[in-house]
Amino acid sequence: MHKYGKFAILIAIIVGALLWLATAGIGSSQTYYKTISELQKMGSTASARTVRVGGDIQANSIVRQGSVVKFNLVQDSRVLPVMYDGRDPLPDTFKDGAQALAGGRMGADGVFHASEVQAKCASKYAPKPGAAPDQLQKKAAEAVRSSL
Amino acid sequence: MENVGALSLILAFCISLYAVIASIVGKVKRRPFLALSGERAVLAVWVLVSTAVGILLYALMTGDFHLAYVASHTDRAQPLFYKFAAWWGGQEGSLLLWSWLLATYAAVVVITNRKRNRALLPWVVAVISSVQFFFLILNAFVASPFQVLASDHVIVSVPDGMGLNPLLQYWAMVIHPPFLYLGYVGFTVPFAFAMGSLITRAPGESWIHTTRRWTLVTWMFQSIGICLGSGWAYHVLGWGGYWMWDPVENASLLPWLSGTAFLHSVMMQEKKGMMKVWNMVLIAATFFLAIFGTTLTRTGLVSSVHAFAESPIKTYFVSFLGIGIAATVWLILDRLDYLKSEAELESVVSRESSFLFNNLILLASCFAVLWGTLFPVITEKFGSEKISLGPEWFDRLMVPIGLFLLFLTGVGPLFAWRRTSMESLRKNFMWPGLGMLIVAAALFAGGMHNPYSIISLGFCFFVAATIFMEFFRGAHAISEKTKVGFVPAVIELTHRNTRRYGGYLVHMGVVLMFIGFSGAPFDQKAIGEVPKGGSMQVGAYTLKVVDMTESEKPDYVEDTAILQVFKNGRDLGTLEPARRFYKAQQQATAEVGLRPRLNEDLYINYAASQGGKATLQAYVKPLVNWIWIGAVVLVFGTLIALVPSKVARSYPRTEVVGIAKKNAPVEA
Repeated sequence: MHKYGKFAILIAIIVGALLWLATAGIGSSQTYYKTISELQKMGSTASARTVRVGGDIQANSIVRQGSVVKFNLVQDSRVLPVMYDGRDPLPDTFKDGAQALAGGRMGADGVFHASEVQAKCASKYAPKPGAAPDQLQKKAAEAVRSSL
Repeated sequence: MENVGALSLILAFCISLYAVIASIVGKVKRRPFLALSGERAVLAVWVLVSTAVGILLYALMTGDFHLAYVASHTDRAQPLFYKFAAWWGGQEGSLLLWSWLLATYAAVVVITNRKRNRALLPWVVAVISSVQFFFLILNAFVASPFQVLASDHVIVSVPDGMGLNPLLQYWAMVIHPPFLYLGYVGFTVPFAFAMGSLITRAPGESWIHTTRRWTLVTWMFQSIGICLGSGWAYHVLGWGGYWMWDPVENASLLPWLSGTAFLHSVMMQEKKGMMKVWNMVLIAATFFLAIFGTTLTRTGLVSSVHAFAESPIKTYFVSFLGIGIAATVWLILDRLDYLKSEAELESVVSRESSFLFNNLILLASCFAVLWGTLFPVITEKFGSEKISLGPEWFDRLMVPIGLFLLFLTGVGPLFAWRRTSMESLRKNFMWPGLGMLIVAAALFAGGMHNPYSIISLGFCFFVAATIFMEFFRGAHAISEKTKVGFVPAVIELTHRNTRRYGGYLVHMGVVLMFIGFSGAPFDQKAIGEVPKGGSMQVGAYTLKVVDMTESEKPDYVEDTAILQVFKNGRDLGTLEPARRFYKAQQQATAEVGLRPRLNEDLYINYAASQGGKATLQAYVKPLVNWIWIGAVVLVFGTLIALVPSKVARSYPRTEVVGIAKKNAPVEA
């Protein structure tokens, strides 16, 4: 079994190297997803690590101060104030009512300091089940009313 | 009209079920006419699904706004081209596209196999029709594109639709989904033939020969689809990148990786009768990864910037995957004896061994991508927290894997079958190897200190050199012998064995793409808020804002920044990055200002205009264009490999040695 031994060693080296690569780097690239209520319950431990938190952008809450953007995220009627450092311009989809995902750390002041913000358009590309039809339903209802 | 569409989908659903049952019963009970009716049923399904597609397209093109799908994905101002593209702009339509492509493939299989593979065909039809049946459940009952808008039980129509997502209104994005789907769906056919051959214990490798072209064409479509998606991300999204290990991107890559492994490992079976179980596993894995990819993009299993909705069809997909995988695993385990290898590995430095490692690495990368993509799902299910892995994790793992694969691309084809002599190693690899070291040393001396880029470019040189040597040697021999010029000799050489030399061209495409990837560590980026008349600096470029204008079109408002570009003080003309705001969708998109060159791209995104200042994101991206050039070469090589060879080749098996021979059945 001499030649199979060689194969076994080579394969073991390759697989081992890959496993090492996969596990050694895992800590720094992990991001935790939290809901707003979980984040607010965590208290001081929350500021220790990078998390991502999602929610809807509260209407009229977006305030721009130079490159810094402040806004509120809402999820299940809980509100989280967010301050984005503005290292990149915000995506096109970032606007009132859109779903947003903010990545960063919780500050001791109760404000979430985001270093990245992703936003999904609330109504298009990804209609939530029922969401787009609802809007259309409304339009349809208006059409009926106006035709009567 | 929509009733006819919905009805034809329901009929197609019934008939596809009939096709499954008729084929199986006809085959098992030896009733050839019943089995034949199963084949006819496949054609009927195609006609019915096509009818539904025709009706949907007609509704989309004419703006029949009492259909929910039409109203959600088109509007009146939209160009006709994008109205057509709205077919796959949403959930219901894309699932219908899947179904239609499958029905079309199935019809082609039935028509081209009227006189071939007769014993196998009922099973092939049964497998394909089962998949068709599953998708028709979705089309007809779960995600029907023919839902009408109603208010208080009255069917109504809206005056205008909501329009196609403007981000999708770009030529590459319009053709990207069909290509990707042509790839996804196409793997169903080789899978069906593999299963058919497994079920009937068909002797030999007929399923591989029959489906070689299918697999290659499918693989090509998928490569095109992935590259188009990547090109779209680069040219339209305005973030200056082409790949970020997003779940949806990964979904398209997974079956491509396993499909690539399959394309290589079937050669082992064709030439040596080895790796039979492995090939079954690979084609099945590829098929299920394609379904999984559809699941991922269509059901919001993992949250993604592509943001497809959570949807009830997840359950259907997960069940289908579960049942399908269980059945396949059982079938393979039950018939392991039929899949016995006819030869064994002899040397680490051999063609067999290079295929083995190629497969190991491709599969490992496939598994890594799958693991990373599903990590949030896994940690949520089996741990308390939902954790995602960032692009750094993927890069860390996939860059070394990619480089190792690149290396194998160079050495693999030149290793001899069974074992390679020192003599041949020296002859084939001495000059490319030395050249590689010189290139790497020169790059290092020239100030490049990123190890991965140096290794990558060194390997690129190495692989390119081996490929050129292969062409040169072959063509030289021909031109000596037949006294023709060198160029005709190259063409003659390629024509004699299109598989081999087409394959080399595909490898060359991969090399060019890696040259493009190697530029990534040297990207430069700058963000500036520049007033009219002001300027900003990125790398060696100076961007001067000459003017900011606004113009109005029927479906959008466009803000344009007119920039004068200087490089080291030399005037390079103007670039005009713009932002569009689409009225119907209330959404903004970027029209990137791009100055593409072979050495580097200058890439400018006009992110916003505030208080008379233009916010500009500027990137200098070295070598990016080689990725797109490489993709074109890769597709060209695949097309060459599809041309029949001039010299009809039968591949005689090399001599069977060792244990396998003793156990091999004595042929009567």
